[in-house]
Amino acid sequence: MSDRKIRVLIAKPGLDGHDRGAKVVARALRDAGMEVIYTGLRQTPEMIAEAALQEDVDAVGLSILSGAHMALVPRVLELLKANGQDRVRVFLGGIVPDEDVPLLLKMGVIGIYGPGTLSDTYVNDIRKTVMAAQP
Amino acid sequence: MDLSQGVLAGDRLTLARTLSQVENGTDEGKLALSELFSHTGKAHLVGVTGASGTGKSSLVNQLARYYRNPVKGVSEPAKVASISTKRASGPAKGASISTERASGPSQGVEPRRVAIVAVDPTSPFTGGAILGDRIRMRDLAGDSGVFIRSMATRGSLGGIASATAAVVQVLDAAGYDLILIETVGAGQSEVDIARLAHTTIVVEAPGLGDDIQAIKAGILEIADVLVVNKADLPGVENTERALRGSLNLAHPLPHRFMHHGKLEVVSGQPMSPDASETIWVPPILRTVALDGTGIPKLADAIANHRAHLEATGGWEQRERGRLQTELDLLLTNRLVESFRARLPAGAYERVLVDMQERRISPSQAVEKLVDGARDMK
Repeated sequence: MSDRKIRVLIAKPGLDGHDRGAKVVARALRDAGMEVIYTGLRQTPEMIAEAALQEDVDAVGLSILSGAHMALVPRVLELLKANGQDRVRVFLGGIVPDEDVPLLLKMGVIGIYGPGTLSDTYVNDIRKTVMAAQP
Repeated sequence: MDLSQGVLAGDRLTLARTLSQVENGTDEGKLALSELFSHTGKAHLVGVTGASGTGKSSLVNQLARYYRNPVKGVSEPAKVASISTKRASGPAKGASISTERASGPSQGVEPRRVAIVAVDPTSPFTGGAILGDRIRMRDLAGDSGVFIRSMATRGSLGGIASATAAVVQVLDAAGYDLILIETVGAGQSEVDIARLAHTTIVVEAPGLGDDIQAIKAGILEIADVLVVNKADLPGVENTERALRGSLNLAHPLPHRFMHHGKLEVVSGQPMSPDASETIWVPPILRTVALDGTGIPKLADAIANHRAHLEATGGWEQRERGRLQTELDLLLTNRLVESFRARLPAGAYERVLVDMQERRISPSQAVEKLVDGARDMK
């Protein structure tokens, strides 16, 4: 591992207000030595893509518990791409039904981490994929 | 891809990537900085500092909104209108719009391009950081005239990161004419921002300490503008009085007051007639960042301070001081680096062992290393 700082944006798109999970993940990534930009509740995909651009992040974590992931996630991926940020890795937390998981992974999401996931799991996944994409 | 050309051309992704390179101190970043340097020196750098939870981020959010839209940028139209009507004492043109504009930034009513650099602390144990200032700045989303960048301190202790000055230079070159720099929650001695900014705003809030806090050395001394935020909370009078008392000691102005039923007159510091024009007395302003109360006045105070600096030569003086700080820092790092590279292998470690075993003192160790390096030549 190089000593390059990994920068991660943690955002909650959509209208649900359950941000405990997002905060726990932010804290775990901090403790893993990453710089976490936390944007808070009720972000639109446009706001998330804009923040990801200004902050030049390596990864974006989306926490969605409202069931709107099949609408929000593709939109965020599309906007990141439109901004020239194809190399930004996107991961997902919250409540996602099993049948949606393969669809989301196919879209390019690197991982989906529901309740009960050990923090080591997503920390290692993020570190591995970010370093592979841009060491 | 050439970073500096992309920055000058206004490409936001290139700007963001350049900021990362500069923050990480890479060779690419250094090259871009050198190429961009001749384009810097135009922006007004405004520092915003103060203790954690005083509302710095919310205040920065409101200020940026106001600069982007001087007429209706503040979310409290009724009060803003009444303040501006009172202040516009000149011949009104009749139109209500022109009266409102009178409260806009004195640089003109053109919306200004605003960059925000928000610094939050890095964990000394893990090197990680939570950068949470954007949470309060969601009003600015979608405005392409605003660029917000969060930075972690990465071990620096003065309230900003060591790369903050360089990041600000890139944003300056990119054409942002007002750059708001928000420090980490600063208690008493995080005063590096005063060496970087032209205008330093110190934000206080009611209930954070007594008048002894107000006369301690440090953060209050660097204020060009003092803001009591959360002015809708009880205790705001006490906070303001403590600050005013502290300021009066620093800038004694003539004043009269009743003491045991007798009128006392204190003449203040003897001043030459023109001294009152060269001395800037920091104004104390009340704001409520949540609803925007007091923001137009704060913007006026920032503009007044700039005008004052320009009229008194303080602008050049601060520029020079800032550049000197930067030069000294870079020079020190470079000299130490090249000095250590020239030392014979193991000399540094041997001296360190001698010190650890108390054979020589730290200052003797320095003598030994410097003399040793000189004898070698």
